[in-house]
Amino acid sequence: MTIGVVVFPGSNCDRDVGWAAEGCLGIPTRFLWHEERDLAGLEAVVLPGGFSYGDYLRCGAIARFAPVLEEVVAFAARGGPVLGICNGFQILTELGLLPGALTRNSRLHFVCEPTALTVRPGECRWLSGYDEAEVIQLPIAHGEGRYQCDPASLEAMEQAGQVVLRYEANPNGSVGDVAGLCNSTGNVLGLMPHPERACDPRTGGLDGQRLFASLLG
Amino acid sequence: MPRFHARVLVSLRPSVLDPAGEATRAASNRLGVSGVSRLRIGKAVELEIEAPDADTARARVELLSDRLLANPVIENWELELSEIATGTAGLSA
Repeated sequence: MTIGVVVFPGSNCDRDVGWAAEGCLGIPTRFLWHEERDLAGLEAVVLPGGFSYGDYLRCGAIARFAPVLEEVVAFAARGGPVLGICNGFQILTELGLLPGALTRNSRLHFVCEPTALTVRPGECRWLSGYDEAEVIQLPIAHGEGRYQCDPASLEAMEQAGQVVLRYEANPNGSVGDVAGLCNSTGNVLGLMPHPERACDPRTGGLDGQRLFASLLG
Repeated sequence: MPRFHARVLVSLRPSVLDPAGEATRAASNRLGVSGVSRLRIGKAVELEIEAPDADTARARVELLSDRLLANPVIENWELELSEIATGTAGLSA
């Protein structure tokens, strides 16, 4: 079991993911430069947080064209587990692996704080270690995390159980209190909160551990 | 090969809240400019493109606008296209 962590120019949570997975949980990680195409031997891929390519144009808009992501799209289509955290979630929506878009927080502030989330794991394989309706604490750190989609899409995703993470107290104006979404086949998860920052007891909170540990089960 | 100048105006869809626009509208009141009832912020992208004819140039910039310059989930775009007369330097001047 090895996790690939994509590194774009401007990624800044890649090492945090490496530390959470390998340092805290003992899951080997391999960093994947954005120009690489070789995913051989990887059993999951993480798109970490940060400001890929400076987030020019829109968050995730340029990253979408990275060579490594062509392989990640194919990997996801084969059922491979793909996780997008924060900027990674923005990239997954730009890629079309998850519907909707993330835009500027309703109150304009960059919000950086612990946040309570309700988990509805459903068929999402990344969340198999959490209980139905469990409330967990994960930090958020974003300026553009307001999830937007049309009401019909939101309704369809809610019916299908794809709205797997919701804010208890909506910090950014997201429709439907959406904090995280899973695709219909359960292998692609995008979320604005940072599970990798809740894996080491020294930084407070361990609620993110089970998300990475789900790959071992 | 003819050259064309394109200006793509990207705006947030009317249904999408524009908090930056709202903040700027509030600042306009603080400047003392009264009566600003609505302010929305978008982007203007200017580019030059070489193409055999205007229809081809338009089709290429439309594709670019729809797939890269704007995200149709939250944004609309409008395109203005004009041919650059031969012998003028255009944007690079």
